[in-house]
Amino acid sequence: MNIAILKYNAGNNFSVQCALKRIGYEAVVTDNPDIILNADRVIFPGVGEAKSAMNYLIENKLDVLIKRLTQPVLGICIGQQLLCNHSEEGDTDCLGIFDSNVLKFNPKDSNFKIPHMGWNTLQNVSDFIPEDIENKYVYYVHSYYVPVNCNTVATTNYLHQFSAAMHKDNFYSTQFHPEKSGDIGEIILKRFIEL
Amino acid sequence: MLAKRIIPCLDVKDGKTVKGVNFVNFKDAGDPIELGKKYSQDGADELVFLDITASHEGRKTFIDLVQRIAQNISIPFTVGGGINDVCDVEKLLNAGADKISINSAALKNPSLIDNISRNFGNQVCVVAIDARFNHGQWVCYINGGRIPTNRNLLEWAYEAQERGAGEILFTSMDHDGVKTGFACEALSMLHDKLSIPIIASGGAGDYSHFHDVFTTGHADAALAASIFHFNEIPIDKLKLYLKERNINVRI
Repeated sequence: MNIAILKYNAGNNFSVQCALKRIGYEAVVTDNPDIILNADRVIFPGVGEAKSAMNYLIENKLDVLIKRLTQPVLGICIGQQLLCNHSEEGDTDCLGIFDSNVLKFNPKDSNFKIPHMGWNTLQNVSDFIPEDIENKYVYYVHSYYVPVNCNTVATTNYLHQFSAAMHKDNFYSTQFHPEKSGDIGEIILKRFIEL
Repeated sequence: MLAKRIIPCLDVKDGKTVKGVNFVNFKDAGDPIELGKKYSQDGADELVFLDITASHEGRKTFIDLVQRIAQNISIPFTVGGGINDVCDVEKLLNAGADKISINSAALKNPSLIDNISRNFGNQVCVVAIDARFNHGQWVCYINGGRIPTNRNLLEWAYEAQERGAGEILFTSMDHDGVKTGFACEALSMLHDKLSIPIIASGGAGDYSHFHDVFTTGHADAALAASIFHFNEIPIDKLKLYLKERNINVRI
């Protein structure tokens, strides 16, 4: 099993690599197109800001590369957001794999802090998110979200329901950080690798 | 629903935790990784590691340690101590830290907050504030609480938020170590003033103090050190206690 973690300016690559190692898989962190195209699984992680991340992908022609991928690809956090059409963060045009737009949380109540930071539960789980993970906690850090749509395979409620995980064709994604979500996160990563 | 977070804090010197610990089942009770794992198993939601080493050699050890923590612990962790510029932050993030915490350096040079959040995102930047109630107002202190500044807690916390802090970690020096509860009144004022999450620190001595800090103090997370290290309040029991009282916690 060859796993490539996409190297770019907004990735917490090392954390993802460590999480994979804990579940018994070695992964390479790379921006080499040949290695990425030939990998069995590609992980597109991310923390940071959409505009600068997307600019970096374009400058390094990684945007074209990602769209060409045919093996299972997992976008994490900003990775999920960049797989959508457009993000309100920096008014950024994204990769357009998922036909959805990324919106900013807009709380009218001081009890809802932004970023949405910490552990929240998964609901309506299906597809690559295992059934027994319904209502389990996963770790989030984000200020933007993807609304629930036809590709949503799990939701979380913060202010309202949003897409916790998505799947379309060979593209999979999570808004939460499986690499930082304890045992539950490791189960989800393992499930993706063993698809 | 978003859970309230329980965060143990470990002081690290030359790669070892310095406060005494009385967990018995460790090979090395001072090993921060073993402690981190133990806390993680008990249900800690995050960990904070503070480097209190002064020497250059000690610093190198700390960065190696951060890397080993990242390899071994599957929950988020924050590191603080000795961070003065963006290069320090970059080293720690590359070693696998999820967030960094800055205190005196931010008060001395507030634009450090802007620089960190612009380079790495708001979520990375925790601004820690030590403050004490003096003559009717909360005064911020630097250098481990030794030197008072002319900054007021609420005004500084707000400025930090506007500059790009992702969270505020507020320690009440009046409450720290006294074990009579957190500074709920000041925390509640911070909650009203800020739109970013607040971590409460200083004063935990009993289960009920955590209930109070999440209700009357409106804190998003509570941090403590010695009560966890000495196992006075095991994290799993604390979480059950809170859950029974309708506080949303991750169990």
